[in-house]
Amino acid sequence: MTVLTMAKALNAGLRRALEADPKVVIAGEDVGKLGGVFRVTEGLQKDFGEHRVIDSPLAESGIVGTAVGMALRGYRPVCEIQFDGFVYPAFDQIVSQLSRLHFRSLGQLRVPMVIRVPFGGGIGAVEHHSESPEAYFCHTPGLKVVTCSNAVDAYWMIQQAVASDDPIIFFEPKRRYHEKAEIDEAAAPAPLYAARVVRPGSDLTLIAYGPMVRTCLDAAEAAKQEGRDLEVIDLRSLSPLDMSVVAESAQRTGRVVTVHEAPLNLALGSELAARITEQCFYSLEAPVLRVGGFDTPYPPSRVEEDYLPDLDRVLDMVDRSLAY
Amino acid sequence: MFSDRRHPRGTLKDKRGDRRTPTTRGSTAVSDASGASTEVELVQLLTPEGVRVEHPEYSFDGDDDQIRDWYRDMVLTRRIDAEATALQRQGELGLWASCLGQEAAQIGSGRALLKQDFVFPTYREHGVAWCRGVDPIDLLALYRGVNLGAWDSEATRFHLYTIVIGAQTLHATGYAMAVERDGLVGTGDPDRDMAVVGYFGDGATSQGDVNEAFIFASSYNAPVVFFCQNNQWAISEPIERQSRIPLYRRASGFGFPGVRVDGNDVLAVHAVTTAALERARSGNGPSLIEAYTYRMGAHTTSDDPTKYRLADELEHWRLKDPIERVRAYLSRTAGGQHDFFATVEAEAADYAADLRRRCLALPEPRLLDLFDWVYVEQTPYLAEQQSRYAEYLTSFDDVEETGGSRLGLAEEGPAESAYRGIA
Repeated sequence: MTVLTMAKALNAGLRRALEADPKVVIAGEDVGKLGGVFRVTEGLQKDFGEHRVIDSPLAESGIVGTAVGMALRGYRPVCEIQFDGFVYPAFDQIVSQLSRLHFRSLGQLRVPMVIRVPFGGGIGAVEHHSESPEAYFCHTPGLKVVTCSNAVDAYWMIQQAVASDDPIIFFEPKRRYHEKAEIDEAAAPAPLYAARVVRPGSDLTLIAYGPMVRTCLDAAEAAKQEGRDLEVIDLRSLSPLDMSVVAESAQRTGRVVTVHEAPLNLALGSELAARITEQCFYSLEAPVLRVGGFDTPYPPSRVEEDYLPDLDRVLDMVDRSLAY
Repeated sequence: MFSDRRHPRGTLKDKRGDRRTPTTRGSTAVSDASGASTEVELVQLLTPEGVRVEHPEYSFDGDDDQIRDWYRDMVLTRRIDAEATALQRQGELGLWASCLGQEAAQIGSGRALLKQDFVFPTYREHGVAWCRGVDPIDLLALYRGVNLGAWDSEATRFHLYTIVIGAQTLHATGYAMAVERDGLVGTGDPDRDMAVVGYFGDGATSQGDVNEAFIFASSYNAPVVFFCQNNQWAISEPIERQSRIPLYRRASGFGFPGVRVDGNDVLAVHAVTTAALERARSGNGPSLIEAYTYRMGAHTTSDDPTKYRLADELEHWRLKDPIERVRAYLSRTAGGQHDFFATVEAEAADYAADLRRRCLALPEPRLLDLFDWVYVEQTPYLAEQQSRYAEYLTSFDDVEETGGSRLGLAEEGPAESAYRGIA
């Protein structure tokens, strides 16, 4: 048992992945000597060498595109995109190249890659450092999209993602990098694409992922003081969605509020609302309601706390759901 | 051009000893202060009139049998290309991107490859595909819409066609970085050392991906050859819109050598590519070849070049035809060629007729099957969509037995409403 921050847990998980398979390589800006701007890859180049932990030129399309080429030769690249807002220069390589090669080749080619993206706001950053672009990738056939909300999941999920034969976009909630948890390295991890009920409850289901799981747990605790028993689900996998856990909960509580930082329009909450409506129509006591960032570009950091869903915004939506 | 003085192990030519020359011949190919070109050098070993000429750095070491083989390659490539264009005109292909006029660039470079080398093509490298043993029917299947170009890229060492301009140059570079990590460069074993070639066109040189590929290849000294077919036109945009300097000179800004070769001269293209590949295989890093050629046909069958270029230009380039000059050479130098030319023509005609038959016999794909290839490990949601779609299709079985569509639309072809409700 070890107590680690999420950043350290990711580092430990990557180290295990590098040890487990000599074909695993890490590539990205500043991932070597510096250890990444969030220190997630700290010490890995020193221990595994420059051939396996590759400091890349500052070109995201180049990082992903060359990694595709390496994967075609049997390597398992783990690319780091330094910040969420810098993933867009690599968009063509991810969406038009990486995601399709297995399909185009009728299954002959495999491109086992992980693209790590620190995402979300709340750290007082300048523009393009606080985005939540997950919906773009969930919308793309051929990609899988996962995110961890805590250090334990971070440790296991990164290893499972590296071992996957499908390309995976791995979102890391950067404002939770320094939250600690106790990790049992001998434990059996949950399956990568499984959602998890992180707090059971009976009155309403909050569905969140990444940075908003902590927010929802805090909201559920606050609601308890008011006599309301909220369930919290951590999706963990955004594509595919684990609808078995979601639907079971929605049918039981009859009320669902989805919570994410991303803008509301055509976001994860929209898909969840549609799927829950399809599967749980006769169990619902209220429409599925959504809390999210507003449909504005991410704002200047001095007002980001107003933009980001917080405990009050979540509880306000809980009240509206319970009022039906 | 590829004798890089910083690397004493040098190229094949360096090993031969006495060929080390400056990267430019004399002071001819220099830029003035504004970066504008003065005189541009072009490697040529066979003139448009079919006369062999010497070059101080590159030479053709083969015999006339070798040239006859390449002649046959080029004639067959052109004939296959013409057949595909005809098939498109008859509605049997959705589109075709002709390589007419670029046969020497493709056969010359394709025949320079060793078995272990790996190619990342655009969507127009039909001649290179031919050299790699890709069955032309696989190219037609892509353009017919039967599949997305699903040949065995591992067996042929020829990656799938890439349609987004320039994206494949990054794949080539990354693949080459992996080759280097696998210890397959600079061992000195000719059966083991390998190189990677990324093909692209003049239009692609404006793309960020190509420039990023140059940077990555240079930074990591990747064993990759960037083979640019400058066919003068990016659809309707002339080369002047892509570059103010000859493209091969871009390489020096990225830190590796570049050379312009007469792209319609199969001997010169072969010689230049052989040297570049050897440079890569021996661990001396990337290089850029600009094969100066001409797109004699349209960009694709959807294009109409008469709207943007003059017929005179095509006539000018017809005089430099890559196949005619070889024919002129062979006719002049070796007697009794008539039978050879006739035999190749007959073989090409037979091949094209057979290709046409095979094209029309290509089995139609089933959408239902394609769900299997989205993921290695299919997601539950996709599996559910697939099985619901299968059920939906099955729901028409009874209807078909009674001779009509459930919606009464069968005779009029598929209507959009017939697909409503598919998961």
